[in-house]
Amino acid sequence: MIKITDDAFDPWQELSTYQLEMRRDGEFGACANFIGTMRDMNEGDAVNGMFLEHYPGMTEKHLEKIVQSAKEQWDVLETLVIHRVGELLPNDPIVLVAVWSAHRKDAFEASRFIMEDLKSKAPFWKKESLNATNQQAEKNRWVKKNTSGY
Amino acid sequence: MTQSNSQMYEEAMPIKVLYFASLKELFGRSEDQLSVEELSTVEDVWKRVSEGRDISQQVLYSINQEYAEADSLVKEGDEVAFFPPVTGG
Repeated sequence: MIKITDDAFDPWQELSTYQLEMRRDGEFGACANFIGTMRDMNEGDAVNGMFLEHYPGMTEKHLEKIVQSAKEQWDVLETLVIHRVGELLPNDPIVLVAVWSAHRKDAFEASRFIMEDLKSKAPFWKKESLNATNQQAEKNRWVKKNTSGY
Repeated sequence: MTQSNSQMYEEAMPIKVLYFASLKELFGRSEDQLSVEELSTVEDVWKRVSEGRDISQQVLYSINQEYAEADSLVKEGDEVAFFPPVTGG
């Protein structure tokens, strides 16, 4: 399942609910998940909020494609991808990627693949709101690029 | 010959062009409806909407919500989008 949401979400609750509702009891031996959370500091500056923009339509399509590609490369039973958009505050969960499989290799590798592809290709953009300092008033800036995860 | 050329020009293709994030702010708009000539590429469209800027690694582009190449051809009714490197997750 792929979800893009304006609303704050609880990744632990989403994992628990999805795992119950996917009805795969006895089939999965592994679940690997990644949760990305908003920090209050970036590039040495205090950040008090963030706006996450996306490309409605293309973002969903691209995520579908990534998940499909993962399913072709690994033995995957279920996937859950949730990504937040809109206004966020520090400590808000931004992204959840979870993969269920029979064995850990498939779950670990497929979730890593989905996450890294999402970070480098899925059309989302972050704009940070920085705290005011003595030198300057509060300001906003677009994050220029994601760091490599490998 | 002249007539058919002029007909081609008159039958220029309508397309939709979208901008996101910092590019939307740079251009001061989120969308354009354009007519482009047949055999226009993504790069041709970019040159036109950006007033001649070079298409650089800092610009990504898609046609109908799929990543495209700079020399990909644009068709009538296509949705072309330009945006900066992605920073989600």
